[in-house]
Amino acid sequence: MDTRQSFALSVDDLTVAYDEKPAIWDIDLDVPAGVLMAIVGPNGAGKSTLIKAALNLIPRAAGTVAFYGEPYERARPLVGYVPQRGSVDWDFPTSVLDVVTMGLYGKLGWFRRPGRAQRELALAALEQVGLLEYADRQISQLSGGQQQRTFLARALVQDAQIYFMDEPFAAVDAVTENAIVNILRELNKRGKTVLVVHHDLQTVAEYFDWVTLLNVEVIASGRTSETFTLANLRKTYGGRVSTLHGGQLLAASAT
Amino acid sequence: MRRQHILKGDDRRIWLIIAAIALLGVLILPLSQALFGLRFSYTVRVVALGGAILGLISGALGCFAVLRRESLLGDALSHAALPGVAIAFLLAGRELGPLLIGAGIASWLSLRFVAALLATTRLKQDAALGIALASFFAAGIALLAYIQSIPDAGQAGLDHFIFGQAAAIIESDVRLVSAVGIAVLLVLALFWKEFKLVTFDPEFAGANGFRSGRLNALLSTLIVVTIVLGLQLAGVILMVGMLIAPGVAARQWTHKLDQMVILAAVFGAFSGGVGAVVSALDSDIPTGPTIIVAAFALVLISLAFAPGRGLVWSRMRARTNRRRLAARNTLRDLYRYALAHGASDAAVPDAFIRGVGDGSAELGLRELRAGGLATLDAAGWRLSPSGIELARRRRRNQQLWDLYRLHADELGLPVLDADSQSDIATRLPPAAVAKLEKLLPESAEA
Repeated sequence: MDTRQSFALSVDDLTVAYDEKPAIWDIDLDVPAGVLMAIVGPNGAGKSTLIKAALNLIPRAAGTVAFYGEPYERARPLVGYVPQRGSVDWDFPTSVLDVVTMGLYGKLGWFRRPGRAQRELALAALEQVGLLEYADRQISQLSGGQQQRTFLARALVQDAQIYFMDEPFAAVDAVTENAIVNILRELNKRGKTVLVVHHDLQTVAEYFDWVTLLNVEVIASGRTSETFTLANLRKTYGGRVSTLHGGQLLAASAT
Repeated sequence: MRRQHILKGDDRRIWLIIAAIALLGVLILPLSQALFGLRFSYTVRVVALGGAILGLISGALGCFAVLRRESLLGDALSHAALPGVAIAFLLAGRELGPLLIGAGIASWLSLRFVAALLATTRLKQDAALGIALASFFAAGIALLAYIQSIPDAGQAGLDHFIFGQAAAIIESDVRLVSAVGIAVLLVLALFWKEFKLVTFDPEFAGANGFRSGRLNALLSTLIVVTIVLGLQLAGVILMVGMLIAPGVAARQWTHKLDQMVILAAVFGAFSGGVGAVVSALDSDIPTGPTIIVAAFALVLISLAFAPGRGLVWSRMRARTNRRRLAARNTLRDLYRYALAHGASDAAVPDAFIRGVGDGSAELGLRELRAGGLATLDAAGWRLSPSGIELARRRRRNQQLWDLYRLHADELGLPVLDADSQSDIATRLPPAAVAKLEKLLPESAEA
C-alpha cells in the first residue's frame, strides 16, 4: 500500500510566498486519519495560508498536497471547509438556512438548484448546532457565535471526511465554544479528520489529540501528549511563552 | 413557527410593492393620457419601452455590483467605454450595434487594465480605478473632439453618449437591447446559485469546486454588457447611477437576494421609463440626469421609509425599545424595593425610584402606569396585582436562565443561545424546564 494513502492529509515540501518572503516554507506534514488536530503558532505563522494552499485557494510556489492519497481535484468531495468568520459580509441579503444550503452546492454541481432534500439536510445540520429556530433569520441579525455555528453547519452538510476550520473559536461566546467542541468530538467519533487553526493554547490539550506547531516552518507535529511541550512551544513562539502560559501549559502537557 | 409567519408577511409585502410599482409602470402612459390629456407619440412610446427595458436589466445586474462593493468599478467601466464608441464610429459609422461592440471592448479592456495595475504594482484599488477612468475617458473626449472636426461626421450626435439621449432611440435599438438583455438575464438565471455563492463567499466557492476566478470574470462581463447597453440612454458619466441606484433602493426593502434582484429590476424599469419619457418631451433635457433623479428619488424614499432598515423605522424602533427597557428596569426596581420592605405591594417613595438608574425611571414609571402595572398614591408607587405577577414571572425566568447557563452541560440540555429576555419555556422543552425548576432555591418570595 502506498504510504501516503494511510494519511488523511499528506503535505510535501509545500512553500507559499506572497511577494518574496515565504508565508510558509517547506512544509512536510502527515496527518493520520481520524485525529482532531490543532494548528497553533503565533500571528503571521502561516496557519491560514497552510489551509488555503492545501485547498488550492491560493497558488503554491512549490510542493504537493494529497488527501487520502489523492490530489485535491479528485478528493474535493472528501474535504470540508470552515473559513474565517470575518471573511464574508454578514449583511449579505440571505437567510441562515440559505447559507447552510450552500454547503451542498458542491455536491449539486453546476446549474442544479437545491430542493426539498437539501433543505432537510440543512435543517438537520442547523439542529445539530442549536440554530434550528434561526433557520429563516436574516444573517445580519446573528451574533458572532451564531455566525460561527452557521458556518459550522454549512461544513457539516458537506459530509466530508476531512475538515479544515480556520479559527472557529475566535471571539465566540461560551455556548458556541461548547457547541463547537461537542461537534468536533462527534465528528471525531465518526472517524472524521479535523484540522483546526486554534489560538487558545490553554485548551489545546483538552480539545485536541493531535497538534501541529507552526511558525512559517513546521516546528513539531504529532500526538498532543508528546508534542505539546514547553520546549516545542518555546521554539514556536520564542522565549515569551514560558512567562505567559508556563504554569498551565506544563500542567496540561503533563496529563 | 411564529417567526415563519412573520417572514411570510414580509414576503407578501415585498411582492406587493413589486406588483404595485410594475403595474404603475405599465399604466403610467395610458393613465397620464387619460388624466392629463397628454398625447404620447409613437416615438415617446418606443423611448419609454427602451428606457424601461434598459432600467430593468441594469437594475438586476447592478445588485451584484452593489453586493460585491464594485460600484466604483462600474463607474470606471462606463467612463472607459467612450473611446470605444468613438473608434467604432470611425471604423464602422453610426450603427448602434458596432458602437456598442466598440464600447464593450473598451470597457472590457479597462477592466483588464485595472486588474493588471493591481497585479503588477502596489497601487490600491481606488487609485487603479481612478487611473483607468480618467485615462480612458480623456482619450474618449479627445477622439470625440477629433470626430467633431471631420466634415459631416459632426452631425452624428456621438456626444449623446456622454449624458445620454433617449430621444435618439429607435425601434430597432429597442429590439437589439431587448435581445441582448434577455440573453444577459438568462445567463444570470442559469448561474444564479453559483453567482450567489461566489458573491457571498468566494473562498468557500473555490473550496467547493466553483472556480471563483472564472465566475467573477463571467459576472464582470455581464456587468460590462449591461453598462454598454445602457450607455445610449444614460450616458457614460451617469450610467453608474442607473446600475447601482435600483439595487441600493431594493436592498432596503428585503433580506433575500432573489427579491432584491427582482425589486431592483422593477425599480430600474420604472426610473428608466419615467426618465426616458420626461426627457423625450423636450430634446433639451438629457436623459441620463432625468433617470438618475427618478432612481435616486426611489433611493431616498427607501433609505427613509423602508421597514427594518429605513431611518424613520429605526428611529421609531429605538424609541419603542427605550420605553420597553425603561419599563422593564423600573418594574424590577419597584419589585425589589417593595420585597425588601416587607411585601410585594409595599409603597415605594416617588423620590427614591426616580433617583434609581440613569434617569430612565421617569419614562419607565409613565409606561407602567399607562399599562396598569403600577399606581401612585400619597405614600408612593405601588405595584398592582398584575404588575406583581409580571415582575415575579420575569424574575423567575431570569433565575432559570442563570441556572441554564450554569448547569446546561451536566443536565444534558439542548444548546441554546443564552437569551434571558425571552421566556425560557418557549425556548426549551417542558422536561428541560422542569429539570431547571428543581434547582430553583426555595422561594423566599412573599
